Amino acid sequence: MTEGDYRMTTLNINGNNHLIDLPVDTPLLWALRDALGLTGTKFGCGISICGACTVHIDGEVARACVIPISAAVGKKVVTIEAIEQDATGQQVQQSWLAHGVPQCGYCQAGQIMAATALLKHNAKPSDADIDKAMSGNICRCGTYPRIRAAIKQVAESLEIKP
Amino acid sequence: MNKPFDSAELSADDDSLSIINVSRRSFLKEMVLGGFVLAAGFPELLRADEVAPVGTKYGADGMPHGWVDNPLVFVAIADDGTVSIVCHRSEMGQGVRTSLPMVVADELEANWLHVRVEQAPGDEARFGNQDTDGSRSMRHHFMPMRRVGAAARQMLEAAAATQWQVPVAEVRAEQHRVLHPATGRSLGYGDLAQAAAKLSVPARESVRLKNSADFRYIGKGQLGIYDGRDIVRGLGQYGIDTRLKDMLYAVVARPPVFAGKLLRYDAKQALKVPGVIKVVELPSTPPPAAFNPLGGVAVIASNTWAAIQGRKALKLEWEKGPHGNYDSIAYKTELETAARQPGKVLRNEGDVDAALAGAAQRVTAEYYAPHLAQAPMEPPAATARIVNGHCEVWACTQAPQLSRDQVAKWLKLPVENVTVHVTLLGGGFGRKSKPDYVVEAALLSAAMNGKPVKLTWTREDDLQHSYFHTVSLERLEAGLDDQGKAIAWLHRTVAPSISSSFGPDSKHQMPGEQGMGVINNPFAIANLRIENPEAEAHTRIGWFRSVSNIPHAFAIQSFVAELAAAAGRDHKEFLLELMGPPRKIDPRTLGDNWNHGESPELYPIDIGRLRRVTETVAQKAGWGRQLPKGCGLGLAAHYSFVTYIAVVVEVAVSEAGVLSIPRIDIAVDCGPQVNPERIRSQLEGACIMGVSLATLGEISFKDGAVVQDNFHSYQLTRIDDSPREIHVHLLPAPTYDTPLGGVGEPGVPPIAPALCNAIFAATGQRIRQLPIRDQLRKD
Repeated sequence: MTEGDYRMTTLNINGNNHLIDLPVDTPLLWALRDALGLTGTKFGCGISICGACTVHIDGEVARACVIPISAAVGKKVVTIEAIEQDATGQQVQQSWLAHGVPQCGYCQAGQIMAATALLKHNAKPSDADIDKAMSGNICRCGTYPRIRAAIKQVAESLEIKP
Repeated sequence: MNKPFDSAELSADDDSLSIINVSRRSFLKEMVLGGFVLAAGFPELLRADEVAPVGTKYGADGMPHGWVDNPLVFVAIADDGTVSIVCHRSEMGQGVRTSLPMVVADELEANWLHVRVEQAPGDEARFGNQDTDGSRSMRHHFMPMRRVGAAARQMLEAAAATQWQVPVAEVRAEQHRVLHPATGRSLGYGDLAQAAAKLSVPARESVRLKNSADFRYIGKGQLGIYDGRDIVRGLGQYGIDTRLKDMLYAVVARPPVFAGKLLRYDAKQALKVPGVIKVVELPSTPPPAAFNPLGGVAVIASNTWAAIQGRKALKLEWEKGPHGNYDSIAYKTELETAARQPGKVLRNEGDVDAALAGAAQRVTAEYYAPHLAQAPMEPPAATARIVNGHCEVWACTQAPQLSRDQVAKWLKLPVENVTVHVTLLGGGFGRKSKPDYVVEAALLSAAMNGKPVKLTWTREDDLQHSYFHTVSLERLEAGLDDQGKAIAWLHRTVAPSISSSFGPDSKHQMPGEQGMGVINNPFAIANLRIENPEAEAHTRIGWFRSVSNIPHAFAIQSFVAELAAAAGRDHKEFLLELMGPPRKIDPRTLGDNWNHGESPELYPIDIGRLRRVTETVAQKAGWGRQLPKGCGLGLAAHYSFVTYIAVVVEVAVSEAGVLSIPRIDIAVDCGPQVNPERIRSQLEGACIMGVSLATLGEISFKDGAVVQDNFHSYQLTRIDDSPREIHVHLLPAPTYDTPLGGVGEPGVPPIAPALCNAIFAATGQRIRQLPIRDQLRKD
């Protein structure tokens, strides 16, 4: 890639189109954080194995630190800042607070995004389902037992509502 | 110290009634009491190993700048009744930004829903000690914060009484209002704030604290964390999230080997990367490392990714320096060699050699624990700008005043010209106590003529250039009599010391490290000798949540289980026998003059409490119950940060040697429980951090450099590996006049030995080297 070899990229973030003036191979994470000031999506490892940068792209979990903005063109990107507009996302947030999940809180945006995606795809996740869906998100403070309990409570309440 | 007449403040040294000319928002007024330039170092950790001199200060009094209980420093009330409470300790997940303001609010009779928390900038002369380390925040500042709230409440009551022209004894504050029950009148705090601020602060002796029966928040564990709503919506502001107008972004390429130097660099390609603005060399300093930046080459760019890409394009040549051969495998052999010979004697009782020679049975074991990296999920980051000779910094720092002092020193500014704003910390665990990264940001801003620069450490930077937890070899030798009772105990502890990062390498552990379970081993054994042979440091040694308690507890509590097995006795009974009968031990009689910086009178080693957590956890975990093949229970108990913890871990090990942890029980005696809900969360987290370091964590060195560079090589426990159930058993809390114990760290050390003891019970396999990793695997 040579100097000046980029074009303005249009990204749809949380329902709004944004023109991003960065090289097309810039990871989505840095477009969100540095260009758009959406710092809720976090940097933890840069190689997609810690989950701190988890967003939704077209409804699926994605690790923004390894997705070039060129790959996000034409797709719907949802970040933690907008997840409360999703009914499941809002329930996950409320359950997180009710269970006192966050300690330092830095990983929790990614955890909430991963949990919301899990519950939108599978409203009755087993322990194994939760393990699989959430094992991509590291929490150094050790909030895992409460994450599990919070997910299960949302699942139970999703079950009650038809 | 002479203080201006109208700006005297209550502090630890000032008992006089102060007359204060206050403005409505007076806690924002600058009050310069004279700049203390805080020397780097840890006075209480480095105290010489001799009896503490007369007049030694303990607890909060012994910390730089002690404590402050002036309500005008910590409380402001707006006309609309909003109560702003300052939190002067750094929030890194332990809940202090909720718990300490909660204490103020309770005594103040403020309604928590109308409370705002403001984070204090770095200013210890104003706020008291801010160094958030050592599990001290609540135990040191609980009483000062109670007095803050109570004094402010009394001022509001006095203001109301004056306004109503009634005796102050007839009024009382209740949930954000002052009432006069006799006439049914009441006034909200907002209505009283201006009048109250004109009054003098009550003398400390006249401050009336609540009866604990009247607590609304303290002891209840009912409040969610203050920043909870922001955090779950992605609005929490961490150091790495700082954004300023026209801000630049930087990363630094640092010497791969500690104390290595840059020989030459070529920035031609780096400067061609889109977004890269400048490449700057940062000076290195000769050892000791202290809090100095490591030096290297910085890439400054218009966004973080450009800076990272720019750094990749640098051509760099390094001189390795004196530690270029540091190799963990070879070093382990050095530690073993040292441990197998006599070393500096720390403690000697009875005649260990004779008792060993005459013992019916002798057991020897060596335990190895590698370097660890704290690896907080938010890597170190800081933002600095310099305007008109004033440097402003935003940092996720555990040490705001130290950050301020170091920036002032490096920029050659008076301390008053440096402001350190403390953000939320995305984890700390000891890494963010060291402001080397804060200094880097300041230097880079200076290199850009004061423009704001955000300096970010990548994960690779964090893992390769940390202040690592030490590496250690603990050799234990014991003799049992023909009744299976321990009659001789020889412990040789070998590990490079934290002190090597701050001064000439003494090659011995300092009193603080010795006092983390080694010298203050309370076991009732007549013949006991503790030695500390030499170990040289070859990297920056720092502290990691619970520090040297980790290798010391791993070794001692594992060894206890090995002795019990050798004696054919129940482990719990054997451990209780070693502890001896309930009694209070003056730590000085064990040679420990440090005692976590606390008074030996207020904080003796209380064997009754140690026995009680042990008995409690054993009972709750069903100690002695029959388990299926491949399953087992392991026990460990450890006293650290003046708190008593005992743990039972239940494991299941499959035929193929895959380890799973169905359950951990942890019993906690930390004295009074100010915020039980956050105590529980801290202990749950400590269990998982303990599992992580025991099963996966290792930082190793080869050819001088750290081998691990990201989470694929430095692995951390994830949700699928974590204990399925964690049961925290808080012992019944004593009254609030009992001295408090630490909470943030003491849960970590007993986990590794309890886990390894459980594995032994389940499989017969004895783990003596951490991490466990694949040691159990049969495939």
